Amino acid sequence: MSALRIAPGAKVMLKHGAGGRAMRELIQQVFIGDAKAPTDGGIGLAAMDDGAALRVGDRWLVMTTDSYVVKPPFFPGGDIGRLAVSGTVNDLSMMGATEIAALTCAVILEEGFPRADLERIKASISAACAEAGTAIVTGDTKVMGRGEIDGIALNTAGVAFTRRLVPDCGLSPGDQIIVTGTVGDHGLAVMTRRHSLELEGPLVSDVAPLNGLIRRALEAGDEGVVAMKDPTRGGLASTLHEMAQKSRVGILLEGRRVPVSASVQAAGELLGIDPLHAANEGKAVLGVNPGVAASVLAALRSHPLGAQAEIVGSCVAQRPGFVMLDTGFGLRLLVEPEGELLPRIC
Amino acid sequence: MCLGVPGKVMSIDGLVATVDFFGVRRTVRLDIVDEPVKPGDYVMNHVGFAICRIPQSEVEETLALYQRLLAAASSEDLLAADVRSEIVATGNDKT
Amino acid sequence: MSDSGGNRLQFRDPARAAAMAARLELLVREIGRDPVSVMHVCGSHEQAIARFGLRAILPRALEVIMGPGCPVCVTDMPEVDEAVALAEDGVRIATYGDMLRVPGTARSLADAQAAGAKIDVVYSVAQAAQLAAGLDEELVFFASGFETTAVATAALLLNAPPANFSVLSAHKYIPPVMEIVAEMPQTRVEGFLAAGHAATITGCAIFERFVERHGIPVVVAGFEPLDILAGLAKLLELIRGRRAEVANMYPRCVTREGNRRAQEALWKVFRPVGGRWRGIAHVPNGNLRLREEWSQVDARRRFKIDLSRLWDYAPPSLAQSCICGDIMAGIASPSACRLFGKECVPDNPVGACMVSNEGTCRIWHQYGGQLDLRQS
Repeated sequence: MSALRIAPGAKVMLKHGAGGRAMRELIQQVFIGDAKAPTDGGIGLAAMDDGAALRVGDRWLVMTTDSYVVKPPFFPGGDIGRLAVSGTVNDLSMMGATEIAALTCAVILEEGFPRADLERIKASISAACAEAGTAIVTGDTKVMGRGEIDGIALNTAGVAFTRRLVPDCGLSPGDQIIVTGTVGDHGLAVMTRRHSLELEGPLVSDVAPLNGLIRRALEAGDEGVVAMKDPTRGGLASTLHEMAQKSRVGILLEGRRVPVSASVQAAGELLGIDPLHAANEGKAVLGVNPGVAASVLAALRSHPLGAQAEIVGSCVAQRPGFVMLDTGFGLRLLVEPEGELLPRIC
Repeated sequence: MCLGVPGKVMSIDGLVATVDFFGVRRTVRLDIVDEPVKPGDYVMNHVGFAICRIPQSEVEETLALYQRLLAAASSEDLLAADVRSEIVATGNDKT
Repeated sequence: MSDSGGNRLQFRDPARAAAMAARLELLVREIGRDPVSVMHVCGSHEQAIARFGLRAILPRALEVIMGPGCPVCVTDMPEVDEAVALAEDGVRIATYGDMLRVPGTARSLADAQAAGAKIDVVYSVAQAAQLAAGLDEELVFFASGFETTAVATAALLLNAPPANFSVLSAHKYIPPVMEIVAEMPQTRVEGFLAAGHAATITGCAIFERFVERHGIPVVVAGFEPLDILAGLAKLLELIRGRRAEVANMYPRCVTREGNRRAQEALWKVFRPVGGRWRGIAHVPNGNLRLREEWSQVDARRRFKIDLSRLWDYAPPSLAQSCICGDIMAGIASPSACRLFGKECVPDNPVGACMVSNEGTCRIWHQYGGQLDLRQS
């Protein structure tokens, strides 16, 4: 890494929150440093997995925390409240912990934030908790002066128990990659609202808690489900890239098999944004042994949130750490987006 | 310059058309398109402006053109000349 | 099929594409040279080629070079500086997303934004005007892009823009730079693939003098995979037959005369002026500036732009190793640059080619620096 990267007076930029390489480098440099991995087989900070896992007796205690600052706070298909619950429930689920013990919720509000909006968000939080079969058991509320924070920020933490941990680095050559449904929905729905891009149409976020869906997949595939991750910021491309790097395998992705809704495809073309780079908040990527691929797929499809699940690729020994995309015309490398996604003109 | 995307005109209000791109709708301005556009027509959109109307006949012509290009034959030169005049002819006539 | 949308998929049919690629292989062999070099001058052509993985199926002996087809990349540093200076003076700027991170002499608009300047990213000049209409302050639209984008700016100005709206024009005009590339002594280019949407505006007759003067063919092509492959096939046929002609392979949008109404709007508002393109030195008639009659909406006239404060900063020595000029002229490829992928990456670009989504280096880097996976 070139010394140019850390110039004197360096500041944190927007790209450091975008979920890609810049963010991982910031976390690595500032927060992880030389933190050591736990010695009991658990998962700690250095793994930069979806959450942490601590041994408690014969089970794992899985914990995760996330902050939510999505703008705008209300978007087609959901709001920051639903996102806050789903995001944390999904992080726990991605580690194999689908029975959520409890969630916390801390909120920071800007002076002047409308009470009616707050009530709406609270209602969304409650509804999402009910879907996930859990509840907010403790929280915190702060109010900052007008202009000191933009609207509302939420933080949720979640706790769950599981007998079996599923990491994001367990892939081997031959394993199949499954996506639980259409990609790019959330990212494009939010982007069109954020930049007032005046696109009308069925662009709706997919935000949803997935623990019920994942539970079915784990029941069907058990030890054959070897890796899981949810493709949030940075999209499917970032997630596959991370999984390939951590597992040290190559991933061959069949572009034509990846489910993309027609409106997301169209919006992506209009804005010059690849659906593979756009965020998802109600989807998961599973790496499975070939022997269980069919049964896991069937289990996913039997659930409303997994109706459009597809096997989209496989792991190979060549080019470890890289993702290759078969476009249908030819093969090319799929790399993760750098920095914030912006609509382009040309 | 290039990020042109074709879409179907749903309705028109003065100089502004509502255009459908596979289920996503956007307003597109008709200030600079050089022929009359009506609902049901396809236009090429670039940065929110229609730069041309896409006649359905041209789409079919183009596909047929590509098909002929693919027919590599011993009558190569004759074919090329044929195709060339075809291009010039369709290029000049957009009705 | 009566649905043009459905027909779009036919332009992406892999079977036809494979057949077209086989045809290209045959043509290259018949030409008998290795490599046969052709150039396109359009970032979106390069994006399409990269996105669909077309380089994986092009004949190895066919070299498709990207020339100076990225309007953002060729926007010279002083032009970016003008926008940055205005922004740092507190003037609100609206810009296309591509331009946000292009480095000026000292800083980019993104840097200015991080330091507190008011910058709005827009998808359309019309959106910028709408923004202005709802504001109490001035809004300057930083107008980048080639002629296809410039006509949008022109159309907007002709339609009573808000009083607080003005334009800082960094628009560029492509045909003159093709001349320059064709005249470069080191050039191996045997034919040009011209941008379909720019030609929609200008018409393809504009290339007739060019092919006469330089003795090489020009084919106007669209942007679907089949359009690009068919365009290349036509170009190779002309090269094989040594025919210096213009061929229109995009008749669904392009005619000989082009879009007259758009041309009128364009030349009513803009005039071509010689200027520097980043990395290409002087291009006669390559820049589009607002005509005198439009001085009241010309940001360069409405504001006093003070660039002197930006000149204290000396360009980093790395810039001397940057070969963007050669890359944009098609003489070198990104892999030949010793900075590519190391000191020069999208997060920390040295040269213009790494900044814009259309820049050759950026596109290559985006696709892992290896567009043709057969090579490794």
